Amino acid sequence: MARIEQIAARQDGRAGLSRRGFLLTAAGAGFMFGFARKADASQVYPSSLPGGGMFEPNIWCAIGPDGTVNVNVIRAEMGQHVGTALARIIADEMEADWDKVKITQVDTDPKWGLMVTGGSWSVWMTWDVFRQAGAAARTVMIEEGAKLLGTTPAACSAHNGVVTANGKSISYGDIVARSKPTRSYTPEEMAKLPLKPVSERRLIGKPVAALDIPSKTTGAAIYGIDAKLEGMVYGRPKMPPTRYGSKVVSVDDTDAKKVPGYLRYVVLEDPSETVPGWVVVLAKTYPAAIRATDALKVNWTAGKTHSVSEAQILDRGRELIAKKEGGTYVFDDKGTEDALHAAHNLIEREYICASVAHYQLEPLNALAQQVGDTWEIHTGNQWQSLFLPVIAKALQVPDSKVIMRTYLLGGGFGRRLNGDYAIPAALVSKAIGGKPVKLILTRSDDMMFDSIRSPSVQKVQVGLNADDKIVAMRHDAAAGWPTEVMAAPFMSKGADGKPYDQFAIAGADHWYDTGPTQIRAISNDLAKETFRPGWLRSVSSGWTPWALESALDEVAHAIKQDPVAFRLSLLTATGRNAGQAPDSTGGAKRQAAVLQRLADKIGWGKTQLPADTALGVATTFGQERGMPTWTAAAAQVHVDRKTGVVTCQKLWLVLDAGTIIDPGGALAQTEGGALWGLSMALFEGTEIENGTIRARNLHNYTPARIGDTPEMDVEFIDSTEKPMGLGEPGVTAIAPAIGNAIHNAVGVRLRKLPIRPQDVLAALREHHTS
Amino acid sequence: MTIKFEVNGKPVEIDAPADTPLLWVLRDDLDLTGTKFGCGIGECGACTVHVGGRATRSCITPISSLEGASITTIEGLDPQGNHPVQEAWRNQQVPQCGYCQSGQIMQAVTLLNDFPNPTDADIDGVMGGSLCRCMTYIRIRKAIKEAAVNMPGGETSNGQN
Repeated sequence: MARIEQIAARQDGRAGLSRRGFLLTAAGAGFMFGFARKADASQVYPSSLPGGGMFEPNIWCAIGPDGTVNVNVIRAEMGQHVGTALARIIADEMEADWDKVKITQVDTDPKWGLMVTGGSWSVWMTWDVFRQAGAAARTVMIEEGAKLLGTTPAACSAHNGVVTANGKSISYGDIVARSKPTRSYTPEEMAKLPLKPVSERRLIGKPVAALDIPSKTTGAAIYGIDAKLEGMVYGRPKMPPTRYGSKVVSVDDTDAKKVPGYLRYVVLEDPSETVPGWVVVLAKTYPAAIRATDALKVNWTAGKTHSVSEAQILDRGRELIAKKEGGTYVFDDKGTEDALHAAHNLIEREYICASVAHYQLEPLNALAQQVGDTWEIHTGNQWQSLFLPVIAKALQVPDSKVIMRTYLLGGGFGRRLNGDYAIPAALVSKAIGGKPVKLILTRSDDMMFDSIRSPSVQKVQVGLNADDKIVAMRHDAAAGWPTEVMAAPFMSKGADGKPYDQFAIAGADHWYDTGPTQIRAISNDLAKETFRPGWLRSVSSGWTPWALESALDEVAHAIKQDPVAFRLSLLTATGRNAGQAPDSTGGAKRQAAVLQRLADKIGWGKTQLPADTALGVATTFGQERGMPTWTAAAAQVHVDRKTGVVTCQKLWLVLDAGTIIDPGGALAQTEGGALWGLSMALFEGTEIENGTIRARNLHNYTPARIGDTPEMDVEFIDSTEKPMGLGEPGVTAIAPAIGNAIHNAVGVRLRKLPIRPQDVLAALREHHTS
Repeated sequence: MTIKFEVNGKPVEIDAPADTPLLWVLRDDLDLTGTKFGCGIGECGACTVHVGGRATRSCITPISSLEGASITTIEGLDPQGNHPVQEAWRNQQVPQCGYCQSGQIMQAVTLLNDFPNPTDADIDGVMGGSLCRCMTYIRIRKAIKEAAVNMPGGETSNGQN
């Protein structure tokens, strides 16, 4: 992750920004949440900050003469209540009155640096800078307050938006109104300010009502799809047969013209090559655009991947894994091959994960228009810094002529890290002279255009000696690499110096002591050519633990050891697994601690459950090795031997994410993440068929519903360590916990996700015969 | 064709093709954007409104079927946004991204009218048609149970105030 920050600094450098002493003079645009204590509080769009005379010690926060505290948030709000969590950090350090805090979700501007919301990074990335920004504000309030109270700063204390000394006090608002402070801080100056000790924290870790929730219960919340501009027309794409390489041969709109409200079609010319072969239909209303698009006839020559199937992609993955050359080693310990070769017992298994769609509930959409020489793109997005330059390239204008307006996201889950959907909106607006066009993809368009979680093949090899001790291990994973396709400069460098997509292998680079170990990431070229691989909630940590934690369970059973005790014996926290301050202080010991705590609370090995019902466990380090959220999960499942239906009755999770900022938000993210894990284990998945995914809507894509939801018990370990992420770790351990529980219930081992009843039946039949 | 019906207690007259789904009339003609487009085939529940007091998927309801109907959207559920179901949703901190929640709330209101003290099976049965992609299901269940306690007994307003 240090890498992300390096790139942010590089981008700032390119933009000629030093971020030194930046003083906001104009109010930021964007939308606001705040004072949401009443149900009628709604977000405002477009908005500007109320009044003038705000004191802005840095670009992140401001205090008004009325005591209002504004916090600028550059992270997308997509359900994680990120603004609330981040504002709690700054407000706590500032000693602000929480009831006067509001947040502004800002539009794009180079001054914000890297705008990205993903990877469960937001709190982790913002923790230091927001505490420093809050400390700057508090320092000035105390200095100016001391002058007004006729005393020294040392005699003053700040609490809840008030500075007090010798029995006299003055509010932050009055200090701003009377002193009109103008002092600003550079990041270097802020970094030197003393921070409050843990014992003085008043907001961090305490329950809070999320500021974005009230407007989401009244219909007042505004998402990208709700944006509206005077005179806008509606667009819907006619989807080409393949993601890449389709060429328009001819278009016939004879029937489309019969649809009332139909305006015209546009064959897109896209210099950014994001949406090759796209034709967009324009109409006066969206229902007319839907019908006219259905009626429009387009002939394409399809791209070369028009007949590719999931099976072919998986076979290609197997072929690549079988090759000695290729791929990138993340771990490449000397002697691994020899030790595996010499092993007394070599356990080798293959694990498969099917294609998964995002199905974020708000279909992809963007509203574009030209205002003067600037292009405005109104859309919810997770990685504006990555896609604003692509939009500019498509429009053939400089980056400075594009602004992305910020909206709520009706689900992100990584789909909106990829901003490809903004390009056709911009291009079609350009084709009609910059007039506003709102492009909406129907659900079937959205799914066809999805950047799916790539299907993957993994091979795990564990070598054991005659005493059943692990002597070496190897893990190969082949899948489409999202970062290679969309953000190549962000790729990491492997042990062999070659770039690799950390989001296509993270999770395999475990904290167990397994002797000499090789971990190899392989880009599946056929996957990459067929579709645009996507980042999907927890990315590879949503599927590598399926292989790793299933394989270790298989090894434990093979050597007749208790799966929990076996894992604990490997979590010794030595060598590279000792951990490093501040992110992984304690190392694998903390993973052992969450696993032990889980085992204790579920009564592991001590419970009596009905027939065909059992517990299974798995443990991970959350999202990524460099930012570990230590995670352990257990699932209790029942397997119906007649139908093959697996019912997950209960899930338990124990997590150590360091300091918890917003306990309610942390729990919500973990609950949602765990149910994603459940959904991808048992209910959702599709396959590539004729070059695109078969699923088109909920009739053949079936994410978990309320009736599939098990009882859940989530526990966070009390900690004052640096906060890690929580948006994704909940996902990671669930599928292997379920797979391991199925094995414990009925003795069969499933090695493919999702686990379908027919797969369970087939495995039971095979088990019976053998 | 011209259709007259009532939305949130106010008469409206719409001139649009007969097969126009109610959803787009609400969102684009009447600026009631709290009702959401999700799947377009009536299977996710994000577009749920009340027609004559019954939970109805507006994305597959043509306006030609609505002559004289009385429609309630999330914006009209309670003048202050304080329907017991809305309050329970806030108390339990249900919404994450929030996109499905208007539909969830509208569906939950009719659930509670039909089953004032719903069991888990009642909730699963009625709410099973409302997809929450953030998977806030645990809290939806808790909020429905809280609202059941706080809803006035025997109330059959069907959400029309």
